[in-house]
Amino acid sequence: MLSRNAANLFWLGRYVERADYLCRLLGATVRLAALPATHGGAGTAWEAALKSASAADAFGATGRPITDGEVARFLAVDPGNASSIRCCLEHARTNARALRTALTAETWEAINSAWIEVQRFGTTVAEPITLMRLVETVKQSLLAFDGAAHRNQLRESTYWFMRLGTSLERADNTARLLDQKYHILLPRTEPVGGSLDYFQWTTLLRTVSALTAYRWVYRDAIKPWLVADLLILKKPMPRSLAACYEDTVFYLDRLALDRGRQGPANRLAVAGLKRLEAETIDTLFQGGLHEFLLGFIADNNALGDAIAEQHLF
Amino acid sequence: MFGTGGYPETVDPAACRAAYALVAAWLAASTPELLETRRRQAELFFRRIGITFAVYGDPDADERLIPFDIIPRILSSAEWALVEEGLKQRVAALNAFCADVYGSREILRAGLVPEDLILANPQFAIGQVGFRPAGDVWVHIAGIDLVRTGPGEFMVLEDNARTPSGVSYMLENREVMLRLVPELITGETGEGGVRPVETYPEQLYASLRSVAPPGCRGEPTLALLTPGLHNSAYYEHSFLADKMGIELVEGSDLFVHDDVLFMRTTAGPARIDVLYRRVDDAFLDPLVFRPDTVLGVPGLVRACHAGNLTLANAIGTGVADDKAIYSYMPEIVRFYTGRDPILPNVPTWRCREPDALAEVLDRLPELVVKEVDGSGGYGMLVGPHATAAEIEAFRAKLKAAPAKFIAQPTLALSTCPTLTDSGIAPRHVDLRPFILTGAGGSTVLPGGLTRVAMRAGSLVVNSSQGGGTKDTWVLGPRDSAGGPG
Repeated sequence: MLSRNAANLFWLGRYVERADYLCRLLGATVRLAALPATHGGAGTAWEAALKSASAADAFGATGRPITDGEVARFLAVDPGNASSIRCCLEHARTNARALRTALTAETWEAINSAWIEVQRFGTTVAEPITLMRLVETVKQSLLAFDGAAHRNQLRESTYWFMRLGTSLERADNTARLLDQKYHILLPRTEPVGGSLDYFQWTTLLRTVSALTAYRWVYRDAIKPWLVADLLILKKPMPRSLAACYEDTVFYLDRLALDRGRQGPANRLAVAGLKRLEAETIDTLFQGGLHEFLLGFIADNNALGDAIAEQHLF
Repeated sequence: MFGTGGYPETVDPAACRAAYALVAAWLAASTPELLETRRRQAELFFRRIGITFAVYGDPDADERLIPFDIIPRILSSAEWALVEEGLKQRVAALNAFCADVYGSREILRAGLVPEDLILANPQFAIGQVGFRPAGDVWVHIAGIDLVRTGPGEFMVLEDNARTPSGVSYMLENREVMLRLVPELITGETGEGGVRPVETYPEQLYASLRSVAPPGCRGEPTLALLTPGLHNSAYYEHSFLADKMGIELVEGSDLFVHDDVLFMRTTAGPARIDVLYRRVDDAFLDPLVFRPDTVLGVPGLVRACHAGNLTLANAIGTGVADDKAIYSYMPEIVRFYTGRDPILPNVPTWRCREPDALAEVLDRLPELVVKEVDGSGGYGMLVGPHATAAEIEAFRAKLKAAPAKFIAQPTLALSTCPTLTDSGIAPRHVDLRPFILTGAGGSTVLPGGLTRVAMRAGSLVVNSSQGGGTKDTWVLGPRDSAGGPG
């Protein structure tokens, strides 16, 4: 495979995953903002959304006030925000267009449609209902994209590079989301707060589509250390860091099979997975959750660089 | 002779009339609303699969759709047999001409074509002198533009022997029609049915494979070189690479080492034997042509001359499809094939000749004047459609550099029924069939790209000037798709 195509596929996977994450984040935020101010309320909800998207600084630079409309516009459709849903889809589609030959017609049509659909919404979202419609539309398009890729793409480098981008981006998103919220994710020794925290935890779970999963896994009331456990260590949870690394190791192994040898990226990924497997939720809190997550994000970035170097991007 | 006039193709031979009758029945059974819905479905289809083209100099139109007309154009098997034979003859002559002007130059010694028109032609590639490409094929892919003025009267308007485009539109137009009216295409439409065109990518692959260079060991590796995402024909490049299952490469993916071309892959360098290039000569190799090019690869030409690479089309074929050479094509065809051209030229005045120039200047308001090295419908004068001021401005340009221009009469192009804003109406059409040439000879695809001038009376069919396209149906037995060349 052309090295340029490999890079395009990897970034296609990343942009699609990021757009999907933003959709889920916005959906959860609209719900949180609808609660009375004593339970969170609009202002703090939208501010938190900016942080969870790692976009607080970029938004601050625009000089605009933090209101629901402004933040929703910025995260969803602002052409000036390189990480908005709109821009992610545009980047994804540009990457896909540059490697049309590596994608099946259906996979390409799905990402092209996602880009066509999001453009219909223009560059403002006046009403929450419009925002929800946009979020649903984009989510559907991206499900179609994933489905087309899953059903029809040949299981070879093309597919593995795209999936690799997805798993790496997914791990990054989950880690950043958790890091924004580490102050509410308390070890079991701490007294649990009031209903305010409860809604913050459910919002966090919703953002990664894990609220129902939580109930199935723990059959327990929502407890902050279990939220952390679910999103960091539980392999059956597809957005947990451990699950993402299991996927990453798998895709890198497939690529190694295709090219006939392993490399530094394979070793880094395996080491990362081993580290996660060795942790328990108690050891994580002992060592400091914030420090752990910062370290994880840095390692994940280093893995991204190693992948690029190993495959001659 | 102008405007809504022109030969209406629907009155063609019985076979063709019968097929048009089926189309007419379909149209009659469809309300205007339904037709409009169909048209929009077709447009949506094109958008979803991403068939767009860029219009240079129009920032808002980076990706524009070519208007597609849902009423097909139909040609009978007898009409096609004539066209096919004529095209093979024409391409044989183009190939022989290239081999000759870069070889023994017999046509110059015979005095049939002025020497300066070839040797001083900007398209003449001096470095190709003495070079013999694999299989002696220069023009692997040709697109010959035809116009029609009456029953059985097809004329060649232009030869495209460099990097002709449009074949993807032909294939996708058929794909759209198969979705919109499958029963008409797959049914008994007349003379057996509509002949398939979808074998083109396979034939192209086979044709390119047959001209692997002498230095190729084992099964040749093919790749398609594109200028990139922003080229107006990028969609076509990716489409063809995809259908042939070969890599779509850009200059930055390639390098030449020891006169061998390689592409950079995730598993290290991989050798390329045949490169279907959709990049113009001038941008192919900074060591030989424009030194500032980033679209090509340093050393590409040496790899070719060392016998390690076949370029399709070969470098220097532009000398054969130049508009100044065009007017000599009847002589060229006779010289190399020993027969009269089956497809005549459009009568052409060479403004480089004083007598012709005087006549052209005299009759400017009724003629079409083109730059010899222009394309895409840019920089031409359509006399009957131009204002007095435009004509006078052109007259000055023409007098200043007469050798740069040729002139042709304004032809009464044939018309086909077309869906317009005000219902179904005749519109002028032309046809670009595609001819593949490999080591074993030439193949003509049964069909081609029909371009249609969407404005009433207009004769300009270029997509960059708002022209549209139609599906082209060649009738005949379905198994006669023709083998690869």
